[in-house]
Amino acid sequence: MSELAIDREIDRSKMQVSDEVAIEITNMNKWYGAFHVLRDINLTVNQGERIVIAGPSGSGKSTLIRCLNALEEHQQGKIVVDGTELSNDLKNIDKIRSEVGMVFQHFNLFPHLTILENCTLAPIWVRKTPRKEAEETAMHFLEKVKIPEQALKYPGQLSGGQQQRVAIARSLCMRPRIMLFDEPTSALDPEMIKEVLDTMIELAEEGMTMLCVTHEMGFARQVANRVIFMDAGQIVEQNEPEEFFNNPQSERTKLFLSQILGH
Amino acid sequence: MSDIGFVRTEMLPEREPPASTTGALGWARANLFSNWFNSILTLASLYAIYAILSAILPWVFSPTWNGTSLNNCREILTAAGSVGDHGTSGACWGVIRERWIQLLFGFYPSELYWRPILAFVLLAVALAPVLFADKVPSKMLIFSGLYPFIFPWLLWGGTIWGPVAALGGFVIGWVVYSAASKTMSSLMGILLGAAAALVWWFVLSGYFVGALDSILPIGIEAVESRKFGGFMLSITIGVVAIACSLPLGIVLALGRQSDLMIVKYICVGFIEFIRGVPLITLLFVASTLLNIFMPPGTNFDIILRVLIMVTLFAAAYMAEVIRGGLAALPKGQYEGADSLGLNYWQAQRLIIMPQALKISIPGIVSTFIGVFKDTTLVSIIGLLDPLGLSNAIRADANWNGVVWELYGFIALLFFVFCFGMSRYSMYLERKLHTGHR
Ligand SMILES: Nc1ncnc2c1ncn2[C@@H]1O[C@H](COP(=O)(O)OP(=O)(O)OP(=O)(O)O)[C@@H](O)[C@H]1O
Ligand SMILES: [Mg+2]
Repeated sequence: MSELAIDREIDRSKMQVSDEVAIEITNMNKWYGAFHVLRDINLTVNQGERIVIAGPSGSGKSTLIRCLNALEEHQQGKIVVDGTELSNDLKNIDKIRSEVGMVFQHFNLFPHLTILENCTLAPIWVRKTPRKEAEETAMHFLEKVKIPEQALKYPGQLSGGQQQRVAIARSLCMRPRIMLFDEPTSALDPEMIKEVLDTMIELAEEGMTMLCVTHEMGFARQVANRVIFMDAGQIVEQNEPEEFFNNPQSERTKLFLSQILGH
Repeated sequence: MSDIGFVRTEMLPEREPPASTTGALGWARANLFSNWFNSILTLASLYAIYAILSAILPWVFSPTWNGTSLNNCREILTAAGSVGDHGTSGACWGVIRERWIQLLFGFYPSELYWRPILAFVLLAVALAPVLFADKVPSKMLIFSGLYPFIFPWLLWGGTIWGPVAALGGFVIGWVVYSAASKTMSSLMGILLGAAAALVWWFVLSGYFVGALDSILPIGIEAVESRKFGGFMLSITIGVVAIACSLPLGIVLALGRQSDLMIVKYICVGFIEFIRGVPLITLLFVASTLLNIFMPPGTNFDIILRVLIMVTLFAAAYMAEVIRGGLAALPKGQYEGADSLGLNYWQAQRLIIMPQALKISIPGIVSTFIGVFKDTTLVSIIGLLDPLGLSNAIRADANWNGVVWELYGFIALLFFVFCFGMSRYSMYLERKLHTGHR
């Protein structure tokens, strides 16, 4: 895992962590059949936090953030997102999903729709935004991720980095209060990783609450305000990036860092 | 890289490619005679084609268009000198000239031919906005929606209030659904709406039609089902079964994937049962057994019974074809739709089905073609489709012994339709192709 240099100044003026709680997880447990994937997770995320979740493969990072918008169901404990508790009530789930954006490793764009249609679909059908307004919003966000000229193409005609930026724009069109990223750069070549990270940094600079599962430690160092280390379904350690990288507490974290930073 | 030794100042003109790679000669050399083995194959194939055509073409182009009976045809052929080792050699096209109308319309009253013709012309109009969505204004879809009520009325005739009442059932169901789903869950709304529509169709609409017909008797002459026949019957059964089996198949495929155990097992049971039984059995059930279960005196139209059976049969196959398309979709598409907050039906309609159906187009069209050809099986239960008619025609003393001409004509008509469907599906696949994934 190389550490990609982020070669620009990061504007921290708007990166304010407020007291308002965005996500609260208490004593959450999850099993896949008999396999205990997530064990006693406790986590509070405030509005405006940028959290990076790291950990070895299979440690349950994806499962954790997928529980936050009910793509996976948790069996025990409580998850409150933006004041709404996640339960089996479909109305709650749809409400949370429309307020929490998610970006996937494999983009999950809809290949039969143009870029613009990908971006306007949910606003039109979920938010009932008039088409014209939804298209204006979509163009606004496509400009923000720097690909407005691709609006009428299909996802299959774009490069991986462009597709991932479209996926980010698609989520932003729903005006989410929280963004979840599950290894957004793992399927990309180095140059494309940079485009996508730039987009994510800009988002952070605007004060978005973000939870990112990523192996980009440069991003974690410079953008995150907290790094969470998971292993075997547990949160092993969490700390500010500076402390986390320079002064890891547990043995497993040290081992993981030595592997991932290639010392 | 500072000492550039050569800079071109003038661009070279474009040159023609060498003749050996283009043109008919180049093509033939590359594709037919690229080596000695291919050359031999090419020559052998050419000879085979020649042998087949030289045997068939003289038979096809035989001057018997005006023959009035098989014997008359033979006389014409003998007079023309085309006599082979086994008697006269040549087709007897007189039978087609005399009977083609019957092969198309069966025993439908000839003064009313305009009705099926109009029905099929309107069918093309109704299909246009569905098949060529990007070229035809979408307002035409309103007509496509009304067409299912116009079509049976034109063919069977009778009072106009029949189709109006049928349409009314949908309106009533919709109104009840809208009202109920405001206060209850949408599933309850669907159930109540369906119940209201069924009550209307099976209990109330009879009185409604009777009453209005006695006040305002508007209608066209009724035609009985046993007068239906020929290609018109095949197309009627084929079109109805195709049109109904696709939505039914989608519902069954989704039901089969449902989390609700009852729904799932009903769908699996239905699909597996229908697929496990030959169509001909279902048709026999339709023609004989159903009458035993019906209360005496009920007149449940034979063509309607056949339509239901063929539709159910096609729907079971359709469901499996569509399930294949659903299975081919990556899980990420469901997750993408879910993560944006789309609900189940929105996700299905906007994301999943358009892609699953696109993947399944070849399978769906194969099923359509199969259904259309299977309509010939109705001749076994005594309906006069083209095959049934061909038997009747050969029972005529004049045409006893004419086989190839009749079957050739019928085969040609079927081929035109099936080939058309197949070409359309290729056009559609190309149109829906949106780049590699
Ligand atoms: N649908 C599933 N059914 C059963 N087990 C699963 C399922 N999904 C994941 N698992 C298991 O749960 C564990 C955690 O998976 P998860 O995808 O959350 O890991 P991860 O930390 O995201 O790993 P990676 O870095 O490789 O993406 C793994 O051991 C995996 O095998
Ligand atoms: Mg993962």
